[in-house]
Amino acid sequence: MKDMNILIVGVGGQGTLLASVILGKIALEEGFDVKLAEVHGMAQRGGSVVTHVRISEKEVCSPLIEEGGADVIVAFEELEAYRWIPYLKKDGAIFVNTQQIKPMPVILGDADYPEDVVGFLNANANKVTCLDALGIATECGSQKAVNTVLLGAMAKELPFPKETWLKQIESTVKPKFVELNKTAFEKGYQA
Amino acid sequence: MEKKIMLGNEAFARGAYEAGVTVISSYPGTPSTEVTESAAKYEEIHVEWAPNEKVGTEVAVGASIGGARALSCMKHVGLNVAADPFYTAAYTGVTGGLVILVADDNGCHSSQNEQDSRYHGRAAGVPILEPANAQECKDFMKYAYDLSETYDTPVLLRSNTRISHSRGIVTVEDRQAREVKPYEKNIQKYVAMPAMAKKLHIAQEKRLNQIQADSKDFPINRMEINDKKMGIITSGICYQYVKEALPNASVLKMGLINPLPRDLIQEFADQVEEVYVIEEGTPFFEEQIRAMGIPAKGKDMFTIQGEYSANMIRKAFTGEEPEHVAPQEAPGRPPLMCAGCPHRGLFYILSKLKKTVLGDIGCYTLGSLPPMSAMDACLCMGASITMAHGFEKARGKDAAKDTVAVLGDSTFFHSGITGLINMNYNQSAGTVIVLDNRITGMTGHQHNPSTGKNAKGQEAPAIDIAQLAKACGVKHVVEVDPFDLEAVERAVKEETAREELSVIITKRPCALIVKQPDIPYVITDNCKNCKKCLSIGCPAIEVAEGKPVIAPESCVGCGLCADVCPFEAIEMEVK
Repeated sequence: MKDMNILIVGVGGQGTLLASVILGKIALEEGFDVKLAEVHGMAQRGGSVVTHVRISEKEVCSPLIEEGGADVIVAFEELEAYRWIPYLKKDGAIFVNTQQIKPMPVILGDADYPEDVVGFLNANANKVTCLDALGIATECGSQKAVNTVLLGAMAKELPFPKETWLKQIESTVKPKFVELNKTAFEKGYQA
Repeated sequence: MEKKIMLGNEAFARGAYEAGVTVISSYPGTPSTEVTESAAKYEEIHVEWAPNEKVGTEVAVGASIGGARALSCMKHVGLNVAADPFYTAAYTGVTGGLVILVADDNGCHSSQNEQDSRYHGRAAGVPILEPANAQECKDFMKYAYDLSETYDTPVLLRSNTRISHSRGIVTVEDRQAREVKPYEKNIQKYVAMPAMAKKLHIAQEKRLNQIQADSKDFPINRMEINDKKMGIITSGICYQYVKEALPNASVLKMGLINPLPRDLIQEFADQVEEVYVIEEGTPFFEEQIRAMGIPAKGKDMFTIQGEYSANMIRKAFTGEEPEHVAPQEAPGRPPLMCAGCPHRGLFYILSKLKKTVLGDIGCYTLGSLPPMSAMDACLCMGASITMAHGFEKARGKDAAKDTVAVLGDSTFFHSGITGLINMNYNQSAGTVIVLDNRITGMTGHQHNPSTGKNAKGQEAPAIDIAQLAKACGVKHVVEVDPFDLEAVERAVKEETAREELSVIITKRPCALIVKQPDIPYVITDNCKNCKKCLSIGCPAIEVAEGKPVIAPESCVGCGLCADVCPFEAIEMEVK
């Protein structure tokens, strides 16, 4: 397997951590080395957050993915996709939840939310997948399943069988939410 | 042996567990908090949250004198608070192994400065170890205890944000249970008064020299000889960036970073053509290595600011840069007080009354940001109260009427109380506002002396802040609900007008702990688009097509926006 660098970006509170935890477990189980880096503390309070996941057959050195280094970017929000697109490799794939969460400077009128983010991404990246993950999650029964929908969408880009993902979802989320999350994953996978 | 994915901080805790540690006392601080939090899950260890880092360190020193292996964990600025016991414990040495874990924050992810703790360790004369991944977090913790007991010294274990908050694969082992060592009275060793201290200082110097001499053979230092044109001396997270950027370079990876393994450094320098030192922050290694007569390069190529990266190092040596989309100008997304945050009501009133606010460290520091912009200064833990006092002494009692100190419950216990005592003793007319949200919020909800629970989540005595203020001699102590805006405004007006010291306590639990009814509010047709609701800076209120709207998935139903709306245009949604 070629090395996989996956960058997960979003807004503090959107549940970006779950996706990385599941990815980490899969990599460990499949016998790869893996490192993850995440944001704690002040930035978590509604700020821009990022999680790095690096998987390799050889030893992973740095836990960080840098500009031009991500094979996959999963963006939970459009502005965050726009902010982090420099981290994508030239032939990398980006998955975007077409939700817009306006940051305070935009709400207060001190800055403008970028126009036509999706158009910009399409013009600058080869593989762009946009999906209404919030809408899909809501259909599945909970807005909180946005992360699992996106996980499903991303799963196609990674060399692990679907069953492996579903097994890790089962062992990671609370029992009463397992079915909901499996459905959400499946819908993301089909998207 | 089982392999697990662990956060660096969880691996530190696992290392302490495996090393047979039985006492841990810490104060939370990003990025160190999860060490103590994860350790609390091990039944065999007494784990406690201390009110501050000085207390935590002293508890650990006492436990060490008592024969146990002990640990205290803190963030870099916490070591300043703990510096007093730390420097003298370096003289007395230990009975049971003693480790102080300090996590620096290169890049200021969650801190007020980028202080380099290595200088503290060097100034105190204690050995410092620095791991480079999660496995080493565990291994170095165990090694630190062996070192501590072998050389009779506290050991400083240094981490930083990237080491503490990265996850990696760790092989877990069994705990080595240890008997508490027998206690023997020894005043020559443990009573640090002048006559003894002089001798203890000599002993401390000796053991540091011994460590220096032995360090060549320490397994935590490693030479990786490859291409001999370029020799890089590094440690910690920078080692990972170097391996990523320059896989063919020769590297001396130091695990012991004080005293420096000088013999090994010399041996390495002799083998390579050019020596480079790669370290984030100040030129701590570089200056010492250059003083050895080795013409090492370092800070002439790299900054003392922020974090390094593999790309940065690669570019410096090879000029190569990866191809990527150019960064776009994008609006920032600063962190915010959460929807439903009880601090919001108070800051709205302080902003409205245009008070000068001497602030403190916690979630409420976010009150300094627009739109409320209701904070004038923030320095360090507890400094709100003391700075307000100084501000009053500089500008007089009338200035005190326009000034307040604002700090949280945990910060008040940490080091606010001594400032309050000072205010009363030195006759201040100031007003101190304690934001009592029943938790230590910013670091991820740790218990503190006011919450009624201990670090293990068990019932514990809850210390009442109002009673404590009264016991400090404060005559005017008022408690208000920060969501009752009228009461908050009245209290702030009355207490600041008074020419005597007052304490206002705003009481309401953190919105992330005690949920609101969760029925969202909506903006009705009565809205005149005055945008006053935006002045509370709630993340649930957006502007769509020029008018404020409430995002139902973000609103938690606190109702503060409805209270500030002058046209009664915000109501709880009727389902």
